[in-house]
Amino acid sequence: MPEVARSKAARERAERAREKAASLGDDIDLDAYSKVAKEHPYQDDPSRLPLETKERMLETGVILDDSSQRSGTFLQVDHSVIHSKAGQEGLEVMSSQEALEKHPWLSDYWWRAVAVDADKFTAQAELHQTHGYFIRALPGVKAIQPIQACLYLAQHGLAQNVHNLIIAEEGSELHIITGCATAPIEQEGLHIGISEFYVKKGAKLTFTMIHNWAPKMAVRPRSGIIIEEGGVFLSNYMCLKPVRTLQMYPTAQCLGEDALVRFNSVLVAAPGTLMDVGSRAILAARGSRAEVVSRAITTGGTIIARGHLVGQVAPVKGHLECRGLILSEEGRIHAIPELEGLVEGVDLSHEAAVGKIAEEEIEYLMARGLSRDQAIAAIVRGFLSVDIEGLPPQLEAELQRAVDLSEKELL
Amino acid sequence: MLEIEGLSVEVEGKGIVHDISVNVDIGETLVLFGPNGSGKTTLLMAIMGFPRYRVTKGRIVFKGQDITHLPVDERARMGIGILFQRPPVVRGVKMREMVRACLGEREDGYVIDEMAQRLNLVDLLDREVNYGFSGGEVKRSELLQLMAQSPEFILLDEPDSGVDLVNISLVGEMINELLQEDRMRSRTKSGLIITHTGHILDYVNADRACVLLYGGIWCRGNPRQILSSIKTHGYEGCAVCQK
Repeated sequence: MPEVARSKAARERAERAREKAASLGDDIDLDAYSKVAKEHPYQDDPSRLPLETKERMLETGVILDDSSQRSGTFLQVDHSVIHSKAGQEGLEVMSSQEALEKHPWLSDYWWRAVAVDADKFTAQAELHQTHGYFIRALPGVKAIQPIQACLYLAQHGLAQNVHNLIIAEEGSELHIITGCATAPIEQEGLHIGISEFYVKKGAKLTFTMIHNWAPKMAVRPRSGIIIEEGGVFLSNYMCLKPVRTLQMYPTAQCLGEDALVRFNSVLVAAPGTLMDVGSRAILAARGSRAEVVSRAITTGGTIIARGHLVGQVAPVKGHLECRGLILSEEGRIHAIPELEGLVEGVDLSHEAAVGKIAEEEIEYLMARGLSRDQAIAAIVRGFLSVDIEGLPPQLEAELQRAVDLSEKELL
Repeated sequence: MLEIEGLSVEVEGKGIVHDISVNVDIGETLVLFGPNGSGKTTLLMAIMGFPRYRVTKGRIVFKGQDITHLPVDERARMGIGILFQRPPVVRGVKMREMVRACLGEREDGYVIDEMAQRLNLVDLLDREVNYGFSGGEVKRSELLQLMAQSPEFILLDEPDSGVDLVNISLVGEMINELLQEDRMRSRTKSGLIITHTGHILDYVNADRACVLLYGGIWCRGNPRQILSSIKTHGYEGCAVCQK
């Protein structure tokens, strides 16, 4: 790493947090994972990657055979950046390490939205970081197509520690699709992903992330979002495939007036999966708004679905919605919605519902001629299809494809 | 088309319908009057085959086949459709998908929009089924689904309840169309309408009527005459009348 961009203070704080357990999620022994990975060669033409790899990436919405569908691509396998390219004037796509060398001023953004000493995972990302992506739209630039990034784990037993930095400069518009995946199904490993988002005045950033891990993977993303005046941040997160343990609680801070944040997440927990996933919005400026919608399905795993809205000033408005569907006798869904108003005049609300599919709904569909299985499939498909306002049609299609792929396995 | 023979139905162990026998012929519409709690909805639900409504005696024959123990979806596929009085909200499932499912193999996007337009429901096609619908919208949504399903035999559970004056004539018009009441001859569709107030008869033609009281058929006759008598004497009048 270029020492010039590195803060000594950050490193010291990370050192002190090296053993600090996370406040949520089960503990993970970091020493059980390797920090050393073999290098993977750079690919000028990512369509030449092995078919199996491309297919795994495609399942997370990352398209490598048609570059015209994307305004930029970043691919990282283990610790190696194997491709990085911006396909539109005014957009930057590169490794975050390279970006720190190119733009020394980026140190002002490094560990500002996420605390370096939050826990041992943020500490490890500081002490053993290997790349991650940097995506930026210059002021007023509107990305024509989504930019895609894929963080891929190929080496068995590896800890991948990435730090991503995304900046939508004033008046810009960015749509990002991130896919995270592992190579074979028996893959064991740890993914730590720090993501810091900066949505400047009047900018719009849509971030769609599809996780496609493996049943023995441990995953600890740590995300922070800072939104300035009139900025919009829309996050869509899907994790429909088995993962051993996943804990994340992205936090958006609406620091500018009329900032808007929406988090949508769709989670499916198979037997053996533990997911502790939430979204938090801190409404710290007048007129800011937040909406958190989560859909959780268990087919035997455990999902803790959290949400936290904090109204620090007035007027602000926020709504939390959490719905959980239990499709198995073994599964568990624990919804924990939290509303925190600190001043008079905040408008915060929530609704949560967890249960099985209502028999009445199945029978209603059956009365229209659907078989019982068709009725259940229609309800589950509908449950997973979250309406996302402001999502470009291409991203909507990617999300729908992810739902379609998982539907068969689910039922 | 439909023959109900000595049918008794219980709900959660409690007998609601007792030894009812009634027939509906091809092209015929039967109206069933009765106060709240008389067993009208229970009878309809049992005909449709909802498991909560358990047949303890008798049988249901549809198009010559004993359907007493067939599941709901098979009855629907045989040609029985139902307009629910209070259908459930189905979150996540859009009206358009629901109508498409009702169309089955006759699926045709153009037809959906055309039918929705006639029922003033175009704006609801992309909404979740029954979520936040007004009383009139619920009824029109039910009719849209039935139009797509095009059943031969239609069970209508209180089609006039919760519908304002603006909507009721449209609802009536569509029911007449579904039941081919606009045809003078060669009707092939049949219906069983249950109503508490009888308002729907201002808009829909019915051929015969029965009064259901205390879970049994109390009297049979001309729909308008029976309705007129109920309006004059109330269901209390029916109760004291000779069975």
